Amino acid sequence: MAEKPRLKVPKEAKKGEIIELKTLLSHVMETGLRKDAQGNVIPRKIINKFTCEFNGKPVFSADIEPAVAANPYIQFNAKVNESGTFKFTWVDDDGTVTTTEEKITVV
Amino acid sequence: MQTITRRQALVLGSGAAVFMTVGDVSPLFATPAEADAEIAKFTGGKAAEKGKISIDLPEIAENGNTVPLQVTVESPMTDKDYISDILVVADGNPRPGIATFHLTPLSGKATAATRIRLQTTEYIIVVAKTNDGKFFTDRKQVKVTIGGCGG
Repeated sequence: MAEKPRLKVPKEAKKGEIIELKTLLSHVMETGLRKDAQGNVIPRKIINKFTCEFNGKPVFSADIEPAVAANPYIQFNAKVNESGTFKFTWVDDDGTVTTTEEKITVV
Repeated sequence: MQTITRRQALVLGSGAAVFMTVGDVSPLFATPAEADAEIAKFTGGKAAEKGKISIDLPEIAENGNTVPLQVTVESPMTDKDYISDILVVADGNPRPGIATFHLTPLSGKATAATRIRLQTTEYIIVVAKTNDGKFFTDRKQVKVTIGGCGG
C-alpha cells in the first residue's frame, strides 16, 4: 500500500566520509486518536520501525511512535569506508515491510 | 551539573503513573510525569547529565501537525566511544513517546532529524545513551499555535 520511498543518498563519496541520508515514505501515520464522521475511532496504523544497513551491517534505526508526522521523514548520517549498498526498511503496524536499496561508490 | 535524579526518584517512589492503555482514544494530555516515566524506563533510573545535546526546533510551530526536529549529540562516534540510543519524548502530547533512534559507529555522526506532531506548547526532552551506559539529557520548549494530534 505504501508508495515507493523517496531517498536522497549521494552516489559517490570519499573513503571515510560522513554522508547525509534523507528518506521519505508516503504513509498516513494514523495515530489512533482520530474519529470519523460517525464518531468511530479510526484505528492506529503507522510505520513503527525504520532501519538502515550498509553491506549488511546496521547503520541506523528508529523506533517510531504515532507522534511522528504523516509521510515520515527521517534523516541521519553514515560513515562510508567502502563501496556498497544501503538497504532501507520500513515496517508497518500490520507487518508489511517496505524495502529499497541504494548503491554508493566510495573512492 | 543538573541531573534529573530527584524527579525520577519522585516518579518511581510515588508508584506507577497513570498510563494510557491500548484502546484509550480520548486525546488526553500526557503529563510531565508520564514523560519522566518513559525516560526512567530508558535510563533504568540512572541519572542523566545535562549537556552534549543540541535540539533544533522552531521556537513557535505554526502547524502542530508537522514540526521539524533535529537532535545532535556530541560524540566521537568511534568503536570505543559512541552514542548508541537517543530517546525523544514530549511532555504535553496525548502520549509522551516520539521516537527512539539507535546508532552505531557507522552512523558517523550522532544526529537524526524527523518531523513530529505536537498537541500544545510543551517541552521536547531528549536523552542520549552512550555505548558504555552513560546518559545525557536536554530539553527545549516549542510554542504550538494549532495542535496536531488529531480529533
